Amino acid sequence: MSERSALLSGIGIARSYGATPALRGVDLAVGAGEIVAVTGPSGCGKSTLLHCLAGILRTDSGTVTYRDQDIGLWSEAARSRLRRTEFGVLFQFGQLVPELTAVENVALPLLLAGSGRREARQVAAEWLDRLGVGELAEQRPGAMSGGQQQRCATARALVTQPRVLFADEPTGALDALTGEQVLGEIVRVVREQGTSVVLITHEASVAAYADREIVLRDGVLDPTGLGLGVGR
Amino acid sequence: MSTAHVLLGLLAGGPRHGYDLKRAHDERLPRAKPLAYGQVYATLSRLERDGFVAESGQDRDGGPDRTSYELTDEGRGHLAAWLAAVDPPAPYVNSEIFNKVTVALLAAGIEQARDYLVAQRAAHMGRMRELTMAKSAPGASLGDVIAADYAIGHLEADLRWLQTTLARVAAMTTELPKDVTT
Ligand SMILES: Nc1ncnc2c1ncn2[C@@H]1O[C@H](COP(=O)(O)OP(=O)(O)OP(=O)(O)O)[C@@H](O)[C@H]1O
Ligand SMILES: [Mg+2]
Repeated sequence: MSERSALLSGIGIARSYGATPALRGVDLAVGAGEIVAVTGPSGCGKSTLLHCLAGILRTDSGTVTYRDQDIGLWSEAARSRLRRTEFGVLFQFGQLVPELTAVENVALPLLLAGSGRREARQVAAEWLDRLGVGELAEQRPGAMSGGQQQRCATARALVTQPRVLFADEPTGALDALTGEQVLGEIVRVVREQGTSVVLITHEASVAAYADREIVLRDGVLDPTGLGLGVGR
Repeated sequence: MSTAHVLLGLLAGGPRHGYDLKRAHDERLPRAKPLAYGQVYATLSRLERDGFVAESGQDRDGGPDRTSYELTDEGRGHLAAWLAAVDPPAPYVNSEIFNKVTVALLAAGIEQARDYLVAQRAAHMGRMRELTMAKSAPGASLGDVIAADYAIGHLEADLRWLQTTLARVAAMTTELPKDVTT
């Protein structure tokens, strides 16, 4: 993926938490419609990278470029608008609002983006259908299985038709078969929509759904994928 | 050898010609090495000798590939016993990758082992991607999916072992081990 055609790219991203360096200069580029897996052992900096790319965390150094613009230069308000409109985020545990029904959860990003109530509900219901959980529209998350919750969370992440989906271990809490079904649905829908995906996982079988895989080790890219002699 | 048992299994649905058996074998076991005709006939004649199958008819033209076979009662019993028997769980490690890494560490050193593993890992990931695509394809049959699952599960186990082994070796690199197998 050349820098020029990249939709989203990071160059030399570094980020520490206090004295702990989590990322020490990471480059990557994600093309339009491309699914890129980020793998590596626990604590190597995957989630930190995702937060930096999604504009949730500011980098200490390096730049994150989205559609040729350095989003590090943007105001907090502009970044927050970017996250609401162009990005979708999906975590390991759906993080649905427990007090709201499935359809209300999925409608939330549309309401935040200024849609009317009725329209938001209707679009949300269509997205639940698309993810195969239309019949759960009026259920609260507590009454759903993990797989059903992840399908709802996927609908919520995609309901605004973002250009980039950031998924952090989206099937990490599910059994193998349920995980595969949920992942299969996610991949099917993003391919239909042409959404780019940054897919974090530590499982090779999940990374195999991506077009490409990058491996992190101790906060740097590991070109060998094996974690020997890199950055040491 | 389980080819014989697979053929018995295919005959459980009714008599078939040798040619038919080969086709059915390759279709049902899409990730297996395709059977050679010679192997089919050799296996059938052994099964016939052992009384597990019997000729059930000839097409008019005759010839070996026109003979059809059927399961005998004995064959049916033999198949049932095979299906019920628990296999010894991995009694021997028989893997080219394992052998190569072990020998590389013994004879050529960590660098050599790593170069091989880096390339092998990339090949494994490429194959996993192919299999994942094949099993998620719209028209994939149950047979395609479970065959891909089996292959993916084994590739995954290899990858996990590759990574763990290298992490172990990396932890020891300060004093180069003379023999990591002891
Ligand atoms: N909020 C935080 N405060 C302090 N240190 C943190 C914080 N978040 C992460 N870290 C540290 O930064 C490093 C990278 O963490 P990160 O969560 O990005 O790893 P990860 O690859 O996502 O791990 P996992 O696979 O376990 O989710 C780790 O050493 C971690 O302890
Ligand atoms: Mg993480």
